[in-house]
Formats: sequence, C-alpha cells, structure tokens
Amino acid sequence: MQLLILTVVLLALTGIGFSTGRRRALAVVEGNPRLLHSLPNHHGYLVALWCGIPALLVVVGWLAFEPSLLHALVISALPPELAEMSDERLSLVYNEVRNVALNGQTAGSDAVAEAARHYLSLRQTLFGATAVVALVLAVAGLAWARGHIHRDLRARNRVERVVTVFLVMASTVAIFTTIGIVLSLLFESLRFFHFVPVSEFLFGTAWSPQMAIRSDQVGSSGAFGAVPLFAGTMLIAGIALVVAVPLGLLSAIYMSEYALPRFRSVVKPMLEILAGIPTVVYGFFAALTVAPFIRDLGTSLGLTVASESALAAGLVMGIMIIPFVSSLSDDVISAVPQSLREGAYGLGATKSETIKQVVIPAALPGIVGGVLLAASRAIGETMIVVMAAGLAANLTANPLEAVTTVTTQIVTLLVGDQEFDSPKTLAAFALGLALFTITLALNAVALHIVNKYREKYD
Amino acid sequence: MNSQVTAHRPQGCAKVSARSLSVHYGEKHALQAVDLDIRAGEVTALIGPSGCGKSTFLRCINRMNDMVEGAKVSGSLTLDGSDIYDRALDVVQLRARVGMVFQKPNPFPKSIYDNIAYGPRIHGLARDQNELDEIVMTSLERAGLLAEVKDRLTESGTSLSGGQQQRLCIARAIAVGPEVILMDEPCSALDPIATAKVEELIDDLRENYTIVIVTHSMQQAARVSQRTAFFHLGKLIEVSDTEQIFTNPQQPLTQGYITGRFG
Repeated sequence: MQLLILTVVLLALTGIGFSTGRRRALAVVEGNPRLLHSLPNHHGYLVALWCGIPALLVVVGWLAFEPSLLHALVISALPPELAEMSDERLSLVYNEVRNVALNGQTAGSDAVAEAARHYLSLRQTLFGATAVVALVLAVAGLAWARGHIHRDLRARNRVERVVTVFLVMASTVAIFTTIGIVLSLLFESLRFFHFVPVSEFLFGTAWSPQMAIRSDQVGSSGAFGAVPLFAGTMLIAGIALVVAVPLGLLSAIYMSEYALPRFRSVVKPMLEILAGIPTVVYGFFAALTVAPFIRDLGTSLGLTVASESALAAGLVMGIMIIPFVSSLSDDVISAVPQSLREGAYGLGATKSETIKQVVIPAALPGIVGGVLLAASRAIGETMIVVMAAGLAANLTANPLEAVTTVTTQIVTLLVGDQEFDSPKTLAAFALGLALFTITLALNAVALHIVNKYREKYD
Repeated sequence: MNSQVTAHRPQGCAKVSARSLSVHYGEKHALQAVDLDIRAGEVTALIGPSGCGKSTFLRCINRMNDMVEGAKVSGSLTLDGSDIYDRALDVVQLRARVGMVFQKPNPFPKSIYDNIAYGPRIHGLARDQNELDEIVMTSLERAGLLAEVKDRLTESGTSLSGGQQQRLCIARAIAVGPEVILMDEPCSALDPIATAKVEELIDDLRENYTIVIVTHSMQQAARVSQRTAFFHLGKLIEVSDTEQIFTNPQQPLTQGYITGRFG
C-alpha cells in the first residue's frame, strides 16, 4: 500500500516534470518554439526522465534488496543462543519471525516475538529511508533538468537516446531469459551427471527413475537410460508426421492451386483454428475417444492393443500439427512465381503436371522447412502424450504398444513432492536439456532452409 | 533480305486468323472486335501503348487467358482454320502447337537439360533417351545456346545469365516442336547485348516458325518483324507491312505513336 502511494507520487512528479519542462522551454524563447533546437515536448520529456528514472531506480533497488538486507539485519540482532544454531534451523527461525510479524502468528518464544517487532520496525525504517531518497532524487532531478533548459539544448537527441536504451533493454529481456533457462538447465544437468554418468544417460536402455529415500531401502538403485524415452518420442512424432505431412501438404496444394477464392477464405481460417485448440483438449480427445477406438478396432482385428497406445497419441498429435504443415506449405506454394506456372502451361503442361513437376519442386525447400518446424513442435509436445501415451518406458517400434516420451517423463518426475537434489528430480533437467538441444537444432535447420529458399525469388 | 522471303511466301496463307475477336476482363472490354491475320513463316510484331490489348491478343492464341479469372472471349480465332476456342479442342495439344516465351525469363528450377526436356517428356515426344538427347541438343543448337552451355547441361537453369535464360526459354519452347511461337516482350528484362542475340535468334527462327512478338520497342519491331499491327485502347488501329507502318502510316494515331507523340 505504502509502495503504491510512493509510486503514484513519483509518477505524478514525473508528470509535473513534463509540464514544467515544456513550459520552461517555451518561456526561455518567449513563446516562439521555432527558436528552440528541440520541440517543447522533448524538453518536457527530458525533465520528466530526469525526474522519474533515478527515483524509480531507487525504488526498484529497494524492492530487490529488501528481503536479503532484512534477513541479514534481523539474524544479526538475534539473541546469541538462537544465532548460534545451524543454518537450516536459523532459516526456520527466520521464517517463524516473518510469520509472526506479517501474518499475526503467535510467537513461540519471547526471543522470536522480540525479533518480529525488530523486523517490523526495521522494515518501516528502510522503507521510509527509501521513500525519502526517492522523493529527494525526483525533486532534485526535476529542478536540475529544468534549470538546464536553454534554447540550444539538444533535448530531442537525448530523449531519443534514452528511448533507444529502453528498446534495447526490451529486446534483450527475451534473449537473457533464454540464456538463463539454458544455463539453469545446464547446471542442474551437470549436477545430475554427477550422480549418473553421461554415457549411461545417453545410451542406457533401461529407464526406471526410482531412487531410494533412505540409503538402506530395498531397490535403491534407479536406472536412468534415456534411450527408451527418445525412442518413444521419435515413434510418436514419427506417427504424427506420417499423418500431418500428407494431409497438410495435400490440403495446402488444394488450397493454393485448386480452391476457389471463396472456399479458400472460409476453409483456411478454419484449418488454422486447429492450431488454436488447447493441447489439453487434444489430450483428452486422444485419451478418451481415439485410444479406446483404436483398442476396440485392434481387438476386433485380433490384435493386442495397449489402452494407451503410441498410435493414438501419434494420430491426434498429427491432427494437431496439420496447420503447421499446411499453413507454411501454402505460403511457400503461393510464393512460387506465377511466371513459372505460366511457363509450364505455355509448354502444354496440365495443371497436375505443372504442380507436380514445377511448383512443388520449386517450393520444396520451404515445405521441408515447414515439416521440420512441425516435427520440432511434435517432439516438444507435452499435454497429448501425458494424457494419452502412458508411462511405461518400453523400447519398442510397435505403435500398438504403450510407450512414453521425454516430455511425459519430465512431467511425472516433477509432479508431486520431490527433493530437488535427488537424481530423480535432476533427471528432468537433463531430459529437458537433451530435448531443448534437439528442437533447437531442428528449428535452426528449418529456418536455414526456409531463408535460403526466400532469397531465391524475392 | 526481307523482300526476298516475302516474294517466296505463298500469299493469303493465314496461320492464325481472328475475326471480330473481343475479350472482356469482368467489366473491362480489353479487346474490341479485332480482325487480324497472322501469316505463316514471318514475324508479326504487335505494338501499342500499355493496356492497348496487344498482350491480351497474344494470350488468346494459346488460351493463356483461360487462367485469368473473369476473362471472357467472343468472336472467332482459328489456327489453320480450326477454332481455338472450340470446346472439343484440347488446350494441352493447342499449347504444344503454340509455344510461348514470356517477358521475364522463367526457367524452371531444374537443370538446363531438364528444362529443355520438360516439354518433350510431358508430351511423350521421345521414344528413348537417345531421341530425347537429340531433341535437347537440336533445340539448344537452334536457340544458339549450345556452344555456351554444352559442358554444363546438369547445372541449374537459374544459374545462367538473363539473356541465356531467355534463350533457354526459347529453346524450351522449340523443343516441343510448335508451329507458332508467341513472345511477350521477350527482351524487356535484358541488356542491349542479350537483346541483340535474342533478336538475331528470332530472325533465324522465322523460316521454320510463325512468330508473334509483343514489344514496346519500335526499333525492335522494325528490326525483327515483317508485319506490324498497331493496337490502341483495345482496338486494332492499323496492320500492314512493317516498312509501310514505319515509313508511311495510314492512320493519324499510328503516325502519332511511332513518332513518339504519345504512348
């Protein structure tokens, strides 16, 4: 609440800074803006920036460092008998102090009650100090910037430079987030490979991620061979591509070459709706409709079909990625220059000859790119396989058996109460890293192919 | 040399003959009641300002206008006396008899050999590989391209220079063995040297094929054609021997166009 008020006050000061700067700039040139190097608004923005940015930085800094600062100060003020405890006990005590102070929990001892009072007063003091510093900075910045306005001040250039910095920051957020994710995957994976050798993880054919909670437990050894998981992933993704590539490609050919514009304008968006259906919906469609259907069909043909077969998951996933294939293929087929088609027609080629022998070969790189993107989507897809593919890590190429995938295993490894330093949990990071590497490579290859193709006709 | 050929040509031998040919694109009346005979064994140039209907007329002859949405053709257009727009006529066979070369060179993204062999293959013109090889070589030879590409037949057609690509497209059209070759501004994307080569080629091809060429360049029309037809706003204004058109035009509009007063 206090923080909200402080922020509002700072923003109000910034607004005042803008109008002050604007008015001052006009006053400097006696109301003739043509004499100014920059527009009055730019002077206003510059004053506002000077007023707002340092003060808000102070507030952000307070938000960032408050918890650790409070922690250190409260701990150091604890009575000696509490302060000498082990780190883990100490962090429990600190949690209790916070609960007493913030949530009104009854203190277990006088020392804790005292620490809680100390915590609250410290917090109040720190916030007060921050607020004062921020307000002083805001007012000082406003006054300083206002005082420096003169007709040749290059306010526009400075404002634009600040804007550039904001743009750069906005664009690097995504990059740094990605780097952060990769690094966290990498470090947790390294911890995992401390328990399980890389070679066993990559080439082992048994997967049963059971680790003993106590060292003397029966069956305390787990197996972390990821081969069955990757085989299962590839099997399901393969089935999905077998479904999606012909259907997607043929529908793209129909849409771009044969369909009447009116039909196309109705059907194409509908096809793209497929891409908008939440994957969890596909998941229960696969688990509740397709899987029983395939099992019953198999039974009537005399085949043994697992109730959670790779086929069911693959089929539904194939339907899901049809829009990726068809939409991208449609784009690249439409991008094949009309002159090539006319060239073929001019030689007496029929429509189908033209499409088969001229249009598709010309569009092939783009189509391959689209298929690879769809493949990477299929490999990374989680929800459908969690619901429909099962958990048994079978190493099999039979689509009628149950298999499991990398993504399913990551989910099961992390769902529920887990110790975050057991190999079982860390295995999820190693799997994630491997999966990330594969999809990244596929995407990179796909984009490379697509770009290479684009250069050719533009 | 033109006069010599003209002298030996059988008179009144119209290869393609249009009678009150009209084309509508939706509301637009692109071609209005055109009567025009294209004679065998000579080059006919179609000239006129942009949008005058000359390309539309050209594209009627091999029914490329079929693919334009909303295009409607009326009147009669015959090839060797048989109606091009007859319902019974197979457009694929028509296009085997009437080849086309486009404004922008459009080789297929295939090897040079496969570009030439494409037409013969889809029409089943060669009984075996040797015969196909021969067709490809002859076509390249006739298009004056053989010497330049004979060592690189497996390279992509798109790797050639613009002028070579256009001659490849001409060779591709010849390979099907057409009787008529339509050229839609074949040199507008080429530099002057490549243009000169293509014009030379057109002159060589004249003996064996009936050629109709649309061009914006009046010098080109004067250089390569024996007859010239001038179109304006969808109407055929004047058709005559090329020399006549450029030295002594009968219509004031033609006079104005060739002297550069409009266009």
